[in-house]
Amino acid sequence: MENIDWLIQGFEQAATPMNLLYAVIGVLLGTAVGVLPGIGPAMTVALLLPITYNVSPSAAFIMFAGIFYGGMYGGSTTSILLNTPGESSSVITAIEGNKMAKAGRAAQALATAAIGSFVAGTIGTALLVLFAPAVSRFAVTLGAPSYLAIMLFALVAVTAVLGSSKLRGAISLVLGLAIGIVGIDFLTGQPRATFGIPQLSDGIDIVVIAVAIFALGEALWVAAHLRRRPAQVIPVGRPWMGKDDWKRSWKPWLRGTAYGFPFGALPAGGAELPTFLSYITEKKLSKHPEEFGKGAIEGVAGPEAANNASAAGTLVPMLSLGLPTNATAAVMLTAFVSYGIQPGPTLFDKEPLLIWTLIASLFIGNFLLLVLKLLRTPRPYLYAGILFFATLGAFAVNVQPLDLALLLVFGLLGLMMRRFGLPVLPLIIGVILGPRIERQLRQSLQLGAGDWGSLFTEPVAIVTYVLMAVLLIVPLVLKLMHRDEETLLIVEDDKDQREKAQA
Amino acid sequence: MTTTKEPRENELAKRVDKAQYLVVAVLVAVGAFLIYNALTLETGFAKVDPVGPRFFPLVVGIAAVLLGVVLAIAIPRGSVGEADAGEDIDPESPGDWRTVGMLVGLFVAMILLVNPLGWVVMGTIFFGGAATILGSKHYVRNFVIGLALSLASFYAFYSGLGIPLPAGILDGIL
Repeated sequence: MENIDWLIQGFEQAATPMNLLYAVIGVLLGTAVGVLPGIGPAMTVALLLPITYNVSPSAAFIMFAGIFYGGMYGGSTTSILLNTPGESSSVITAIEGNKMAKAGRAAQALATAAIGSFVAGTIGTALLVLFAPAVSRFAVTLGAPSYLAIMLFALVAVTAVLGSSKLRGAISLVLGLAIGIVGIDFLTGQPRATFGIPQLSDGIDIVVIAVAIFALGEALWVAAHLRRRPAQVIPVGRPWMGKDDWKRSWKPWLRGTAYGFPFGALPAGGAELPTFLSYITEKKLSKHPEEFGKGAIEGVAGPEAANNASAAGTLVPMLSLGLPTNATAAVMLTAFVSYGIQPGPTLFDKEPLLIWTLIASLFIGNFLLLVLKLLRTPRPYLYAGILFFATLGAFAVNVQPLDLALLLVFGLLGLMMRRFGLPVLPLIIGVILGPRIERQLRQSLQLGAGDWGSLFTEPVAIVTYVLMAVLLIVPLVLKLMHRDEETLLIVEDDKDQREKAQA
Repeated sequence: MTTTKEPRENELAKRVDKAQYLVVAVLVAVGAFLIYNALTLETGFAKVDPVGPRFFPLVVGIAAVLLGVVLAIAIPRGSVGEADAGEDIDPESPGDWRTVGMLVGLFVAMILLVNPLGWVVMGTIFFGGAATILGSKHYVRNFVIGLALSLASFYAFYSGLGIPLPAGILDGIL
């Protein structure tokens, strides 16, 4: 109950007009920078960090939270409208969200993302206040073998479950893993696959890869097939969610939150995994599975909620242990330290302030109507603009032309993948998780004194491997059973034709 | 028997997408490079690191080559990927690779000239050029919008975010 008292005090502190104003400014700035394609929350927070130095610490913290949520929201906006996710965690949102936008349902996609984020953020923050100590106690017990198992599970799930062709999913995954190898080996310090270029020692920036594969690859692919005749006018549709949209959204919001928060709280859990899991779950449970891949609202609602709940969950290890679990949290930690605030249990009383900032982020809804007009800009300007901002985003990371060359190389890779129907997602997952899997594997073995059996000592790890096996074997069994029917049909077909030929 | 089989084979032959051998080439090249690179690495730094720095690149490299082989076998059997569709995409069009080539050329110019000429000049050429290549006939307007975007982003990144994009030949004027 002590937590609740703190919560009330937090509200009293945060709800002064001046602090609310800071929150609104933060959200506006965060959204404005976050909507730039290729700029995700982590980059937004990092870029805007200096601005918060000029105000008092508590106001700075409130403003900072506003930037964080605004940046997240801006990131999902570009995913939906331009198919350019700024961060790996909004990749999934782009899949269905962009399809919805192209089908004239951009307003509904943005609305379900916004409200889903709000619901998940509120629940997540409440969970943070109520259960943070217990959750962090559980998270701490998981060792390297469990994380290894969970990450391998993610790879298998993404490659085998999503997409129509498993061969092409695997090709995409392997290409991603290959990109992830570039850089210095973390244990022995040797450069691997760097072509002797020193700038590649730190690996290839994920922002460059994401912008190249998504924005540049898409723009080049469209350029190759652009309709020269004007296409039919995009139906604008209703500006707000209909009753059916609400009905189809609220369960994915809650399920997404349930996935997102625990994973966010896990060190190395991150937001990627729960967004995939949420997407897969919604695809399985949906009453409209045929809409998936064409713009299903569940595919936006669930992953966006998971994304935001995970962001709230991320604060658990960050505040209680001082352990950042993703790029955004790492930047936030830098900020805390620069304000002279030591992350730890004492911070929990200040945490409810985030809720108010979160509510403020809803004001942004109106601002988004401006962005909606992007869909009506002439096509040459839209795609020239995507190329321009993709270049700007990739160039601004390090201000070196080498990043632009990488952008072009991976942009051409993205073009190739679109031409030959290779799914994009496994590649991105491979780039993100590949290095982390290698690190966990080698660290687990180091801790286990080189004994491979030590990988199977933790119950969570064993359960995950069993789930993985089930995931791989069940579709095979189903296919075999299905094939029996198919072969029967073909035989019948042949008989039929033979009879006809004879006749 | 033979009469019923022939049309089926024709159907298959039509669906074979030979361009997919490009993917095979990329996979084999990536795989071969990773395997070669892995073998140049030093191992045996620590006994407790039984996996070593070679293991991961070797596994990925071998997997890439194997997948290339599998795809090479699957292509003549009529395996095709489903090309990405979209609202702005005309799937019936044969593919306008000249436009793509010109855009790539523009991009290479950007890479080479962004530092000497500066972001504002090159950004203007880049946006205006891209819009023109993509079929916008308002040539003056294309470059005016490009100039506006480049100037706005230059100053936004410089004063707002503290990232100095290269000023190039306009150094001192901006």
